[in-house]
Amino acid sequence: MRRESLVSITDYSKEDILDLLEKAKSFEQNPNRRVLEGKVIATLFFEPSTRTRLSFETAVNRLGGRVIGFSDASTTSSTKGETLKDTIMMVSNYVDLIIMRHYLDGAARYASEVASVPIINAGDGANQHPSQTMLDLYSIYKTQGTLENLNITMVGDLKYGRTVHSLLMAMSHFKPTFHFVAPEELKMPEEYKIYCDKLHIPYVEHQDFTEEVIDQADILYMTRVQRERFTDLMEYEKVKNVYTLHNQMLKSSKPNLRILHPLPRVNEISYDVDDNPKAYYFEQAKNGLYARQAIICKVLGIEI
Amino acid sequence: MNANKKELEVAALENGTVIDHIPSDQLFKVVSLLGLEKLNKSITIGNNLISKKIGKKGIIKIADTFFKEEEINKIALIAPNAKINIIKDYRVTEKRPVTLPDEIIGIIKCNNPKCITNNEPMKTVFYVINKDNVEVKCKYCERAVGKDEIEII
Repeated sequence: MRRESLVSITDYSKEDILDLLEKAKSFEQNPNRRVLEGKVIATLFFEPSTRTRLSFETAVNRLGGRVIGFSDASTTSSTKGETLKDTIMMVSNYVDLIIMRHYLDGAARYASEVASVPIINAGDGANQHPSQTMLDLYSIYKTQGTLENLNITMVGDLKYGRTVHSLLMAMSHFKPTFHFVAPEELKMPEEYKIYCDKLHIPYVEHQDFTEEVIDQADILYMTRVQRERFTDLMEYEKVKNVYTLHNQMLKSSKPNLRILHPLPRVNEISYDVDDNPKAYYFEQAKNGLYARQAIICKVLGIEI
Repeated sequence: MNANKKELEVAALENGTVIDHIPSDQLFKVVSLLGLEKLNKSITIGNNLISKKIGKKGIIKIADTFFKEEEINKIALIAPNAKINIIKDYRVTEKRPVTLPDEIIGIIKCNNPKCITNNEPMKTVFYVINKDNVEVKCKYCERAVGKDEIEII
């Protein structure tokens, strides 16, 4: 039985990702399996994240495991000054797996080094959130029937949005074409463009969010443009509504186009899009359950 | 005569290590990186000497001391053109440039304040991702740091 932590999506090869997609598919057909019978799993949320925590805890419950943990670090001894190492070492004694969210970058990598049980990273600061990436990949796979040769158009905050960076790296195994639509202040960082160049992945950068760009896309990955990211608020006022998707912009889009968003959304997808069959963001969130069930089993080396 | 005089600027060494071609402004950082202040051997430090290659240079001569390769290679971070001379019986028996190791442990401070390494009592680990331009990446927060932003602990 192989037990390995999942800290970053780059810990997984193309084969690992394909294996997880198959597992997620199987869990979607039958999410209730008692493969975690007799196991205790910790969900340590040093930073609150209701959506991610409930999704992981549902995954464990549907697999017949039991959950201990906390959803807010203010009730734990980290407020007394206990180090992360000590907390992780202590919890390792009790459980078979630790699922953790932390406000500091790199916390999960460090925890995976000190823990005697595997760690699943449920988000470490602004760094990684691999289960989100897996549910994004599963959503793409499910709606397109493949991950290969797709046009992935990413819109909004491409500078700070960790979901787009992880998705970019995960998709790089599958010969994509990327379109990056972002204001100057929030454009895709150089290091990710260099990453694409090295792998000969074509990408085009746009400042304008036009129908022409939308019409080529198989996947439209929307993200939130956050006010606090701007040094110049004039600039924010100028661009805040430019990267909003309205239903009429989709009229000549491809039939297979699906719109994804990691949620929560604010105003970057107008409500009139919700009824469009191409809107996929709510189902995308539901896929998180199956993707997380697949990850838990893979990390614990449980064959299904 | 001139040539002789120049050689006499720094005393000759019988046995030990000479680190040459250190940029003058990095000399004392190299001293502390190697922990030379704690060494009780005789050490000669010269600085602001004329160098054809780098303008002004520093040089360190350490008697009766030989460093492990990985130990001395860490100075490549701040003195990428430094040369290591191994002296035995007044003769240079080995001369080599320093090269950056693939992994640097416990030397660089991560400049991301939200990195776990700045918040837990732990050693930093950096991967060298570009040896030519000295670019490193934090193992934990995964941020890349360029040559000019590298901060030594």
